[in-house]
Amino acid sequence: MQEDAKLGPEAHYQAQLNQGRFLIQRCSDCARHVFYPRVICPHCGGAALQWVEAGGAGMVYSTTTVRRKAEAGGDYDVSLIDLDEGVRMMSRVEGIAPTEVKIGMRVRARVIDQKGAGLVVFFAEDGK
Amino acid sequence: MSLKDLRGRIAIVGVGTAGCGEAHGMSDLEILGQAAKAALDDAGLALKDVDGLCTANLNAAMWPLNVVEYLGIRPKFVEGTNVGGAAFVAHQLPAMLALDAGVCDVVLVCYGSTQRTSSFGRKERSAARNLLDPEPFQAPYQPFNPPSSYALIAARHMHQFATTRRHLAEVAVAARKWAQLNPEAFSREPLDIETVLKARMISDPFTAYDCCLVTDGAAAYVMTRADRARDLQKQPVHILANATAVWHRSVSSMQDLTVTPSKESGERAFAAAGLGPKDIDMLQTYDAFSINTLLALEDLGFCKKGEGGSFVEDGAIAPGGRFPVNTNGGGLSCVHPNMYGAFITIEAVRQLRGECGERQVEGAKTAVVNGNGGNSASSQSTSVLATADVL
Repeated sequence: MQEDAKLGPEAHYQAQLNQGRFLIQRCSDCARHVFYPRVICPHCGGAALQWVEAGGAGMVYSTTTVRRKAEAGGDYDVSLIDLDEGVRMMSRVEGIAPTEVKIGMRVRARVIDQKGAGLVVFFAEDGK
Repeated sequence: MSLKDLRGRIAIVGVGTAGCGEAHGMSDLEILGQAAKAALDDAGLALKDVDGLCTANLNAAMWPLNVVEYLGIRPKFVEGTNVGGAAFVAHQLPAMLALDAGVCDVVLVCYGSTQRTSSFGRKERSAARNLLDPEPFQAPYQPFNPPSSYALIAARHMHQFATTRRHLAEVAVAARKWAQLNPEAFSREPLDIETVLKARMISDPFTAYDCCLVTDGAAAYVMTRADRARDLQKQPVHILANATAVWHRSVSSMQDLTVTPSKESGERAFAAAGLGPKDIDMLQTYDAFSINTLLALEDLGFCKKGEGGSFVEDGAIAPGGRFPVNTNGGGLSCVHPNMYGAFITIEAVRQLRGECGERQVEGAKTAVVNGNGGNSASSQSTSVLATADVL
């Protein structure tokens, strides 16, 4: 954590994810949440961005199934998720077939390890 | 001085294309050079007359240097801003300002890419760009871009407005029907809606037919002041207005997936031109994907938000329909060498001159050109072009 404090927001975000923590920023000046992590608030231009733990709950804003040959790993989901804090991020919904991911679906975040790095993915809230 | 003061003061006086489709054995610069020569010949001008240059390219960050050296010119005005494929429409405003101020007299806008046939093609460039210009908050999820970003936009549009895959297919089929009337177009075999709907998915809801072509191609056009344009050999096409809006880079940062920067660029361009959608005889819009055409029709005000799908039903934007859109066949069926903005400008000029043969829109006096750039309708640039009698 001492080392992390010296990192820029992008690297700090990833370092926290690597430890299983999903943090986003909140602007102390305009009280809005910010994603992706920055040094300046894109809403008000202020620099008073604080780290807060993401609640993890959100909703699928849009979704596509990327078609890929089975031998390369098969089809997969790419979704845009609106977190309840009011920020949007690209991610994927796991645990169900990619074509079963629907706009409006309630989802919950989980930090997984992908190729040695922490990554936020989502699962359908009803536990499927 | 405002945008309105520039209305009609600058004209496009020469256009040219080269290497469209496949340009085997040629480089980006070589077909760019051929297109530049064709555009200058068309204008009755020579390279020695060129004292302004607008150009951009996806591979080279300092591309104007390459072009200046290759063409052997020493321009007094250089514009190399790269906002994606909209660049060659967005270059117009700075060029108009420079010409109007007398900084230069003849501006060459030019582009060339041999992405289809070169050894360093789309795949290699994507890999290189991921290193040079990463998108760290999207890359781990492997969106197949640009199709996946526009697919997310299309999916949201379908969700909000009951737009259907059939509506998207109408766009692809209309483009193909125009292409069949254009000897320069790359894809001219017949295409029907059922074929589009049954084709293999790339990134839902898009099949290959919803995605633009991957071709080679070069395009160039020449701009000068209206007073000088009158003395040249071709009928000048006047730029009534140009406006550009840039809103974001990545689709995950796009505020409302159903509203593009054309909403803003279109409003500014129409206001400066003193015209509205009802005054426009045709739309040449950058159809990187079928959804782009629907979004442009809505955001430019040719129909209401959400009604793009019903607007294009029953061949309404195809040859013989009520409103001509993308009369060259578009990026979907004519040509798409990475960045396509110059080609839509050229098609509008050819139409307003009455040079389009079988696909000619009879009596056309006004056209809107709408460029699109980036992986998610990130930048858009709108121009209103017109013949001299509209001034």
